[in-house]
Amino acid sequence: MSDLPPIPPDDDEDDFGVVKKFMYVNRRAPYGTVYALESLEMVLVAAAFDQDVSVVFMDDGVLQIKKGQETADINMKNFSPTFRALEGYDVEKLYVSKKSLEERGLTEEDLLVPVEVLDQAALAALMDEQEVIITA
Amino acid sequence: MTVLHTVNKSPFERNSLEACIDHATDGSAVLLIEDAVLGAVAVGDIAARIKAANGIKIYVLGPDLAARGMTEDQVIDGIDVVDYGGFVDLAATHDTVHAWM
Amino acid sequence: MKFGVLVNEGPFTHQSSDTAYMFTKAALEKGHEIFRVFFYYDGVNNANALSEPPTDDRNLVNLWSELAAEHGVDLVVCVAAALRRGIKEDILAPGFRISGLGQLIEAGIQADRLVVFGD
Repeated sequence: MSDLPPIPPDDDEDDFGVVKKFMYVNRRAPYGTVYALESLEMVLVAAAFDQDVSVVFMDDGVLQIKKGQETADINMKNFSPTFRALEGYDVEKLYVSKKSLEERGLTEEDLLVPVEVLDQAALAALMDEQEVIITA
Repeated sequence: MTVLHTVNKSPFERNSLEACIDHATDGSAVLLIEDAVLGAVAVGDIAARIKAANGIKIYVLGPDLAARGMTEDQVIDGIDVVDYGGFVDLAATHDTVHAWM
Repeated sequence: MKFGVLVNEGPFTHQSSDTAYMFTKAALEKGHEIFRVFFYYDGVNNANALSEPPTDDRNLVNLWSELAAEHGVDLVVCVAAALRRGIKEDILAPGFRISGLGQLIEAGIQADRLVVFGD
């Protein structure tokens, strides 16, 4: 993902006049499968459509935003810096499962973007508010 | 929003069914499809987990049960069997669908 | 009801594209509308016209093409995911078209329900 899509101008082309709550749920670690990378590409494109977007990291998905990913020796591109671009695309609602962090011995300090850490009940309640949930 | 959760992996293979039930609120529905149908005939810990989730309505996709050599009488009490038409109805009557893979 | 469908896996390796197809077919039989079926990740492989499963087994690629032909279902393959996997215009099965991820987001916005099938 060397060339990020340009931050979209605020025109009416992608404006359907409808704003829905979209949630992307990430449950897998990066690199072992492609889902983390291609899901992030999806979130970036979705940003152009001015929807109410939340991104959740839970289970192994919390590893996607962990600091210090060194991928040269597995011959893959480290795409984690791209998560820092989300804010510039107005995707600021990033949530992390408290349980998933703790199970993996991680804290918020280990993550490379600002997130809100939620317990199970809060995450469940948030999921219940969504109109479109995209998972992989 | 009322949510229909779908789970497609076996509880013996992945934690997806557990993760789903942990995040499904009372009044939501869970549909077990593909290999997750093993959760509908489970015994022991998994069955206990399912039975304890009593605010959640659980369904299982009949064709996937039959494909795996299981019969409806083996299904845990309280779990309803539906076909693909029933799957569509569940998706239509709930506001949102959340697929757990 | 207007349904959008997202297919994350290719045919045969995972059951998800079969389940997606069966759901889509059942929805049409019940008189619902399918706004779009979008293929992402390995799902793009559902569009590969070169697929040649044994003749006594279902041919998922053809089944999707038939849905497009008989019901006008819009089958869209993500261009970025397709390029990675070598799915190009000249091997695209009938009824499929290649377009951008925006088509998926549009389906999420315009359909009443988006149903995801993956592994």
